[in-house]
Amino acid sequence: MLNQTIVNLLYLLSSVLFIYGLKGLSHPRTAVRGNLIGAVGMLIAIVATLMLGNVRWEIVISGMIIGSGIGTVWSFKVPMTAMPELVAMFNGFGGIASVLVAGAAFITTETENVDLQMTISTAASGLIGGVTFTGSVVAFFKLQNVKWIPDGGFFRGQQVLSTVLLILCVLLGAVLVYSPASVWAYWVIVPLSFVLGVTLVSPIGGADMPVVIALLNSYSGLAACATGFVLNNSVLIVAGSLVGASGVILTNIMCKAMNRSVWHVVFGTLGPSSSTPSADDVYAGKVKATSPEEVAMLFDGARRVVIAPGYGMAAAQCQHVVRDLANLLEARGIEVEYAIHPVAGRMPGHMNVLLAEADIPYDKLKEMDEINPTFSQTDVAIVIGANDVVNPVARTDPNSPIAGMPILDVDKARTVVVIKRSLSPGFAGIPNPLFAADNTLMLFGDGKKAVLETIAAIKAG
Amino acid sequence: MADFADILTIFVLAMFVGFEIITKVPPTLHTPLMSGSNAISGITLVGALIAAGSHEWLTATLGFLAVVFATINVVGGFLITHRMLRMFRRKE
Repeated sequence: MLNQTIVNLLYLLSSVLFIYGLKGLSHPRTAVRGNLIGAVGMLIAIVATLMLGNVRWEIVISGMIIGSGIGTVWSFKVPMTAMPELVAMFNGFGGIASVLVAGAAFITTETENVDLQMTISTAASGLIGGVTFTGSVVAFFKLQNVKWIPDGGFFRGQQVLSTVLLILCVLLGAVLVYSPASVWAYWVIVPLSFVLGVTLVSPIGGADMPVVIALLNSYSGLAACATGFVLNNSVLIVAGSLVGASGVILTNIMCKAMNRSVWHVVFGTLGPSSSTPSADDVYAGKVKATSPEEVAMLFDGARRVVIAPGYGMAAAQCQHVVRDLANLLEARGIEVEYAIHPVAGRMPGHMNVLLAEADIPYDKLKEMDEINPTFSQTDVAIVIGANDVVNPVARTDPNSPIAGMPILDVDKARTVVVIKRSLSPGFAGIPNPLFAADNTLMLFGDGKKAVLETIAAIKAG
Repeated sequence: MADFADILTIFVLAMFVGFEIITKVPPTLHTPLMSGSNAISGITLVGALIAAGSHEWLTATLGFLAVVFATINVVGGFLITHRMLRMFRRKE
């Protein structure tokens, strides 16, 4: 049995390792080690806690075996395209764990020992953890495009209900603060916050999913933090704050990349406005369809090619054939780079993981600000499965729903090849004048098939 | 029991440290950052282990469930992050 002071010192060591581990993520070279350092920190915290004594081993061991089994199987089986769903779900588990721990701590503490810190933080754990849990579950299903969660939510005015629920939770929190004996208030806050998670997340559109996941990530950290305040436990507070801060930063980056505020993402709607020109006006007679053979000829004499991938590339599972195309072009002396928009894909950095899986070196993946000035020296830009993030309307039409959103300037390349199934709009629901531009060729069809045929045509030529 | 001000100090300082180190993470690693930080937020497991030690059945049950959820979070989070990070490689 260790005494509390030694355990607290071990918690300090864990906290330091978490910070040091996250620091490792500042470069891909040190990232693997950083993650392992974080895991060691976690192991130390767990062992230290078990050394405190008062352990019911049968419960602890069975719980940890079940949890480890599910976690291991899940993390090995999940395909990289489904990473957003997995992270969403794990966020949710963190949230529900905080709800349960705070509740357990609250009911075991004698009422006369309950102070203001405990009541406030317990209520906060229940609220934040509950919202994180069901919000993440809804995000998980939305990412799988299930039909029973309609776009825009279950009914109109859902945001009004969310506001009412939030106010109720805060009032119940106040009840808990003023009369700590009313444990029932906690068990009402929890189900209400479950409903709140559903009403908050279900109306949020697909384009905003990266923001939602980042936000839930931050909530899961803040829930752990609140639980730390309940238990007076420093390692929970430090780890929770690190995660909370990380989620807040990512949320900000995602919002900036869409030129929207968090408030607008959660309470606003994204869609075509009345002033949006119709698809017929934009496309009529101007769209040029092309063939793989014609695309292959574009690469004759080309010196620089930039590939701009979007979620469609992940959906068509064609990152591996894209790499083959890039290798073929490089073998012919052409410089190939990838333009990654911050919100391409369904979560921050999603495209980078998919391309890394296809063995594409990370130094070829360029951020928007770095690659945009180079499009004017680019011979061919290939857009594959991206739409709104390359829509020049964002620069030109102040009334457009995506006005002011920073985009990849692919239209400045000498020739743009867009690989896409049809002219259907992206998440924003607006036509894309890029598809009708003079220097754009549309290669219609399934992404994988189109790229494979282009590769064959290059080899044949 | 620690003083509320002490514990609030830890919270505020840790937030600042968090902002400082996370802003240095490059966009290419944002997905592993999310899954890795998510694993760290599974630190609630520590609280769950304490709750599971209770001899009151309700507390112990809540603790047991929390142990399961938090362990999925911790083990799954670190493993998937490791799996992703190992795919990142440089141009040779």
